[in-house]
Amino acid sequence: MGAYLIRRLLLMALTLFGMSVLIFVMLRLVPGDIADILTNASGISDAKEKAKIAHELGIDQPILVQYGKWIGGLAHGDLGYAYVSEQPALDEILPRIPISAKLAGMALFFAVLFGLPLGVISAVRQNTRLDYLLRVVSLSGLSLPSFWLGLLVLMASVQWFGMIPIYDADRTGFWASVSMLGLPAMTVGFRSSALIMRLTRSSMLEVLRQDYIRTARSKGASIVAVNFKHALRNALLPVVTVIGIEAAFLVGGLIVTETVFNIPGVARFLVEAILWRDYPIVQNLVMLIAVVVVTINFLVDMAYMALDPRIKFAD
Amino acid sequence: MRLGMAFAATSLAVFMTTASPAFAQKAGGTLHISHRENPPSASIHEEATISVVSTFMAAFNNLVVFDPKEKTNSPDHIIGDLADSWSWDASKTKLTFKLHPGVKWHDGKPFTAKDVKCTFDAVDGADAKSDLVRKSPRKIWYQNVKDITVNGDLEVTFELKRPQSSLLSMLASGYSPIYACHANGREMRTKPIGTGPFKVTEFKRNEVIKLVKNKDYFKKGKPYLDAIEWKIVPNRSTRMLGFQSGQFDMTFDSDVSFPMLKDVMDQKKDAVCEARATAVSSNILINRDAPPFNNPEIRRAMVDTIDVKAFSQILSQGHDLDGAAMLPPPAGKWGMPKEMLATLPGHAADVEKSRAEARKIMEKLGYSASNPLKIKIATRNIAIYRDPAVILIDQLKKVYIEGDLEPIDSSVWYNKIAKKDYQLGMNLTGVAVDDPDVNFYENYYSTSERNYTGYNNPEVDKLIDQQSAETDVDKRKKLVWEIEKKLAEDVARPTIGYNVANTCWDPKVKGVNLQVNSIYNGWRFEDYWLDK
Repeated sequence: MGAYLIRRLLLMALTLFGMSVLIFVMLRLVPGDIADILTNASGISDAKEKAKIAHELGIDQPILVQYGKWIGGLAHGDLGYAYVSEQPALDEILPRIPISAKLAGMALFFAVLFGLPLGVISAVRQNTRLDYLLRVVSLSGLSLPSFWLGLLVLMASVQWFGMIPIYDADRTGFWASVSMLGLPAMTVGFRSSALIMRLTRSSMLEVLRQDYIRTARSKGASIVAVNFKHALRNALLPVVTVIGIEAAFLVGGLIVTETVFNIPGVARFLVEAILWRDYPIVQNLVMLIAVVVVTINFLVDMAYMALDPRIKFAD
Repeated sequence: MRLGMAFAATSLAVFMTTASPAFAQKAGGTLHISHRENPPSASIHEEATISVVSTFMAAFNNLVVFDPKEKTNSPDHIIGDLADSWSWDASKTKLTFKLHPGVKWHDGKPFTAKDVKCTFDAVDGADAKSDLVRKSPRKIWYQNVKDITVNGDLEVTFELKRPQSSLLSMLASGYSPIYACHANGREMRTKPIGTGPFKVTEFKRNEVIKLVKNKDYFKKGKPYLDAIEWKIVPNRSTRMLGFQSGQFDMTFDSDVSFPMLKDVMDQKKDAVCEARATAVSSNILINRDAPPFNNPEIRRAMVDTIDVKAFSQILSQGHDLDGAAMLPPPAGKWGMPKEMLATLPGHAADVEKSRAEARKIMEKLGYSASNPLKIKIATRNIAIYRDPAVILIDQLKKVYIEGDLEPIDSSVWYNKIAKKDYQLGMNLTGVAVDDPDVNFYENYYSTSERNYTGYNNPEVDKLIDQQSAETDVDKRKKLVWEIEKKLAEDVARPTIGYNVANTCWDPKVKGVNLQVNSIYNGWRFEDYWLDK
């Protein structure tokens, strides 16, 4: 067990090292750097001014030196300075993480809140008008691009409420978050809820045909008990797996939603940093994501071991 | 015509607004405006975009400024800002400014004549050690400045190599604020200090830019607003919905295109919307050093197929203005009259006739419908660049030129142009001040960094210098028209049209006066107030 742990930790370190090299090199393979972009933004392409900026930012140094400085800084918790805002990268990244996390969390919450019960209802009322209606809704959820849905939601919001939810960092608290992020979360979560609904429906239909469900019914169990206690519990396994995968996919949806609803989250920030070739922001942010993913994988593996005694890891 | 009527109506409205005692200014309130993007920085001297100057001009003062109450930027409408008065010497090569006493920077330090010298020495590169700016796109504006001398704390003199009356206009531009000697470049880019009516308190990327009233502002009683809040909203549809729902008091400048205008007015019936020429032109960059456009005949055939009216119709429902190198009248002060313009290549009234002549040239060179000249048309990968490029491709087909669109990432656009790695390019050019010196020196003078095509005609350079030194306005105008004609005949950088777009605001916003020949110079906000 001990040797396994050490091996896993070493593997984690190796993965993160590989990621760091990959991010670092790939960023520099993209044509144009911040000096190009800053001078281009001023409508000039002056080699001297470009060289001055490159020197000031240290991007004229050999790539190995740049890499060494970054990793050295990272080890000391120094993420460097953002090229564009000229603020510490950490100060730029940290405040944005909770915004996106809240948005993603709420989106997932909405997705499960609507997807699961509607999926069950759709299965239980198979081939009724309600079922057809819910299937159409779920199909539209899967086929509507989120930027378009976002705009529709904003237009409806103007029409009905005379306002749109614009993010304001000065408003804090639970209800402020709900009022600012509720609609965007529903928009980004709509696709996931549609997927969950469809999967729950098909999974439930399969389970509802099982013998033990018929037995439960013949024993006189109530409809609620049959559907939710016996059927749903067994139908949930594939759905839970998909919810986990969807949580990762939500990040992709966030980029569009953060742009349409103008939410200053980390997803939009990352895209913009890539466009500006703001290396310190992109490198550190992608690295942060890599650390989170690798750590979660590690913890999940550990949890398997703790939860299921049948799983053994060879030393 | 429609634009002219709009200008006239607006002038009348402005007159009534300023003349009526019922419109006494009220102090207080926050003006909420939507912003289209993250400004690259807050340092006006380092940038060349309306995104920076419109947002941060309110934090600064110039020596002089174009009168914010006038509709037109012109030398006759220049008033003092930090300078109380100014005078030229007899040789017209020394311009002395007497500065306003008791002005303080936002950090409480006193403003002196040294700050003026510091600023322009950094901008024109005279002080190589200065770190006040790290890039300077308008260096060429000050190439005629020999020296700047400080005479005590409240007097400064610009010494010129030769007479240049336009210097005053350039100093009046929103792009010519005075920086503090004791600040550094980084401060100016992130949270600048100025002497202006508003202090920058927050510049949060992707989120908001906040400016609050400078209570120690040296112009007593101003500004009227307590604060200005620019919300950064990159998605235009979201910006428009925010304005329609009343969350923004004003749209970003020229943000409302003509197709959008109807929708905005339908949703917000009391919105005040005004169209104006943006002084931004669409133009074609031609690589004249490499085949096929090193051949003057092909250049001529290419320009003869251009139908500027079709461009205008498609891009702005016919509102864009047809002009040569200078913004055309009535908005522009220096552009040539319509009759003269119609004689220039690329502006002919009878496009079909021009195209027939162009086809003859191409046939003579061996091209035909079955054997077209194949070229690539590069442009920045942004809709406002791509759209005219696509129309150009269509029009080139009429003269046996088959163009392929080559969208280029913005980050490498000017590098590509500078390396001459293109054949034709579709470009947009904004001119900060409606003055021939600003436009010609920046875009057509052989030594300019922003003369992207490297157009080099010693005769034109000479004429540019000549008009610059000319103090008689009528004589200068004739020289300007001669230059415009030469540039058009040389197919230097054919102008396709001058963009016209709308800016809208809520009727409670008062004191708005959009100037008609530049979008870059009227953003001090010290006369704005809210009628709540």
